[in-house]
Amino acid sequence: MVDPMINTKIVYKMIDRLIFGMLSPKVIKKMASAKIVTPELYDKEGYPVDGGLMDLRLGVIDPGLRCKTCGGRLKECVGHFGYIELARPVIHVKFVKLIYDLLRCTCKDCGRILIPADVISRYKARLNKIEEEEGIERRREKIKEIITKLKTINKCPYCGAKQLKITLEKPTTFLENEKKLSPIEIRARLEKIPDEDFAIFGINPKAMRPEWAVLTVLPIPPVTMRPSITLETGERSEDDLTHKLGDIVRINQRLFENINAGAPEIIIDDLWELLQYHVTTYFDNTIAQIPPARHKSGHPLKTLTERIKSKEGRIRHNLAGKRTNFSARTVISPDPMLMLDEVGVPLVVAMKLTIPERATEWNIEYLKHFVEAGPTKYPGANYVIRPDGKRKKITDETKEQLLEELAPGYAVERHLLDGDIAVFNRQPSLHRMSMMAHKVKVLPYKTFRLNPAVCHPYNADFDGDEMNLHIPQTEEARAEAKELIAIPTQLISPRYGLAIMGCIQDAISGNYLLTKGMKLKRTEAIELLASIGVEDFSRLPNKEFVFGKEVFSCIFPKDFCFVGSSKGVNEEGDYEVIIKDGKLVKGVMDKGCLGPEAGLMLRALHKRYGPERTVEIIGLMFRLGIKVLLKYGFTAGLADADLPEEIKLKVKEILDKAEEEAENVIGLYQQGMLEVYPGRTLRETVELKILELLNRARNKVGELIREYVSGSFFQIMAESGARGNYLNLTQMSATVGQQALRGKRIERGYKHRTLSCFRKHDLCPAAHGFIRSSYKEGLLPHEFFFAAITGRDGLMDTALRTPKSGYLYRRLANALQDLKVEYDGTVREAGGNIIQFTYGEDGIDVSKSEGGKINVQSVISNV
Amino acid sequence: MGTFDVTKHILVPKHTKLSEKEKEALFAKYNITFRELPKILKNDPAIAHLNPKAGDVIKIERKSKTAGKAIYYRGVVG
Repeated sequence: MVDPMINTKIVYKMIDRLIFGMLSPKVIKKMASAKIVTPELYDKEGYPVDGGLMDLRLGVIDPGLRCKTCGGRLKECVGHFGYIELARPVIHVKFVKLIYDLLRCTCKDCGRILIPADVISRYKARLNKIEEEEGIERRREKIKEIITKLKTINKCPYCGAKQLKITLEKPTTFLENEKKLSPIEIRARLEKIPDEDFAIFGINPKAMRPEWAVLTVLPIPPVTMRPSITLETGERSEDDLTHKLGDIVRINQRLFENINAGAPEIIIDDLWELLQYHVTTYFDNTIAQIPPARHKSGHPLKTLTERIKSKEGRIRHNLAGKRTNFSARTVISPDPMLMLDEVGVPLVVAMKLTIPERATEWNIEYLKHFVEAGPTKYPGANYVIRPDGKRKKITDETKEQLLEELAPGYAVERHLLDGDIAVFNRQPSLHRMSMMAHKVKVLPYKTFRLNPAVCHPYNADFDGDEMNLHIPQTEEARAEAKELIAIPTQLISPRYGLAIMGCIQDAISGNYLLTKGMKLKRTEAIELLASIGVEDFSRLPNKEFVFGKEVFSCIFPKDFCFVGSSKGVNEEGDYEVIIKDGKLVKGVMDKGCLGPEAGLMLRALHKRYGPERTVEIIGLMFRLGIKVLLKYGFTAGLADADLPEEIKLKVKEILDKAEEEAENVIGLYQQGMLEVYPGRTLRETVELKILELLNRARNKVGELIREYVSGSFFQIMAESGARGNYLNLTQMSATVGQQALRGKRIERGYKHRTLSCFRKHDLCPAAHGFIRSSYKEGLLPHEFFFAAITGRDGLMDTALRTPKSGYLYRRLANALQDLKVEYDGTVREAGGNIIQFTYGEDGIDVSKSEGGKINVQSVISNV
Repeated sequence: MGTFDVTKHILVPKHTKLSEKEKEALFAKYNITFRELPKILKNDPAIAHLNPKAGDVIKIERKSKTAGKAIYYRGVVG
């Protein structure tokens, strides 16, 4: 039978409302296009059997065949349901709870609900409210409660019939006074429940009738829902659902035969039980009380419920978990020779990701080259899209024909080329700079390459980080990417109006060395500049030796003027940086000027010369810094942590004195002569005094080191802000210092002492985590242990804090996400309600400010 | 226990009630109705001395780190 509704073309309609209900046996038969009567799938020729589970009326899964119901080909026909008539009714596992509730709450004889009419009318509003607030389950529980409370449970208020106790033996067996109720009986009882009484349970009687929960016919899903796959051996492997349905049909047929043959009741009951088992596992194969149905190989079948449920189910995996085409992910690595706005894409990736290019009469020859190269040769193309939208894969066989066919209106999906736009992203994408548009640069090897200067906005490093790349496919998307999220447009952070990209690490120390009084031959300078891509040497003074500052100045625009400050001291002993007419007159270039999120120099460049130029200059600076180090060498070795003998003595002196003072404080404490700090106990006072004393000692040592280590590579790094600080240096070469746990000295461990190598109640610095040794000298065992304590504590702290603060940030961002500054300067939420009358109370657009402030002086001087 | 006047506290900014005229002007300035204003409860201790009723608008002069002084308005509800 061909259903005229199914046979017509697809009609597009708007969804007005949804009603959830059950399929009635009538509907199941009506919507079915085939009745399934045999468990066999294929005949001897391998052709689907009529009335079998792979019946051709149920849809097509093989290319070339046509659907017997709608005539559609593969992919045109969405498939059609079939049905089987069950020899005996079986319970639907998913409705057991409902059936159980209904059986217990209704009369066994007349089917009325066991509550008198007057009581029901009283409770109706309450029940509706409970359902609204706590769900339908609670509603049914409430009905049960009402019935128990009425104490007339044993007698029907309508017909007076005596009610028996019904219990459920999971999963699908109902017992009445220990006697089994057959599904036939259950169905008969459910049929008796009138619509009005059924509605009290919170179900729309128009959408379902309770007796439909006991199945008499079973819909067979279309084959398109359970496609079989052909293995390489030519064997057919059927879907789990088909296997399960096969079992059901087989047992069902056996049951029919036995009933017709008048077999003994025990045999029929056994088969009935088996049918119930198969139908149950068909719906859900993970029910606790019954063994899951298994394959011959032993692994459990994946049936209907498992298809939908859990992380790998349809909902979380396929509907909520979206995946993108035209994207790639791999490990990142640095390449300072790339421009800031470039991304190095591995060749293999470039040959998989494509860009559709529409053929016109002007570019058709150009596109033919790609098609000719095909998918295996770079630069080639993978697909040709016909004007009707059909994608044709380019292979050696199709190539000739496609080349001939190619005409204006066709599109060619060609490989990525240098200069294509790509969106680059690193998770977690916390701010808009986590996704920026780069220009593609196709490179060998297998990692994405990026300029280290853009690490900061992505918060990326190269210890194994992976990043994602997306290729915009339409002209609009590319234009948007270019105009809105390209690297230059993101240079200034909207958070505080400073450059978020800048030199890091080597690039900083290199430029610091260069600008801090380096002198080099003019030829060397030219070599240096040429290596980073500067070709105009006219600005380099024409003398045999030039200063590093003069070399660096070649990067600046000719008319750049700037006054600012550096992080470290310059040769004149202060922090001033002066750039006049594109020449670095005074000061050093360090983190304060070149670094990301730092100084105003990059900001000034941006303001004066625009984002593109600034990005280019940052790239030049970065390369210059690195090339300087490359040329003149930069290595921090063990010897850089060496101290001269006399400094060592001084350090020893300071520490000895501190320990002596601590000893004195302890002595005073023990004699009870210590003066107590206000608001502290005596014990706390000693602790504070000792802590203060030892910290002071370490700071003193730190200052000493700071004075005496000038020139070492560590010092250059710390001074320029490239990496590390003086504290790190002190800890390496002089003393590690006091280990603090929650702001106090270490106190925990054994009874009255931290470690068993100390005397009880010993208060001396060493017994409470003071590490006198330096990392270079090596730590004593107890010192090492104390260092491990604070080390572990710190590790735990970061491990626990990171997810916490991440979640906090997420909540904040979600709460604020649709706040917006209106044209009148107010901050309002989506509903137009005012949150702030002036943005930030001062009305300053921080993304246009300089570090959150507006430099009035410079505004005036520029007028 | 003696009474404690919260308005004297250093952290409580100055609250004043707007006159009808000022109210009109405020609504016109921001093109809003009473509904769009941030709310303050009628029995908020900081405005108890103003004898407020629902529908009043309270002007608050706060000290601000970024702007020195910031003016805020809240509509009385409840």
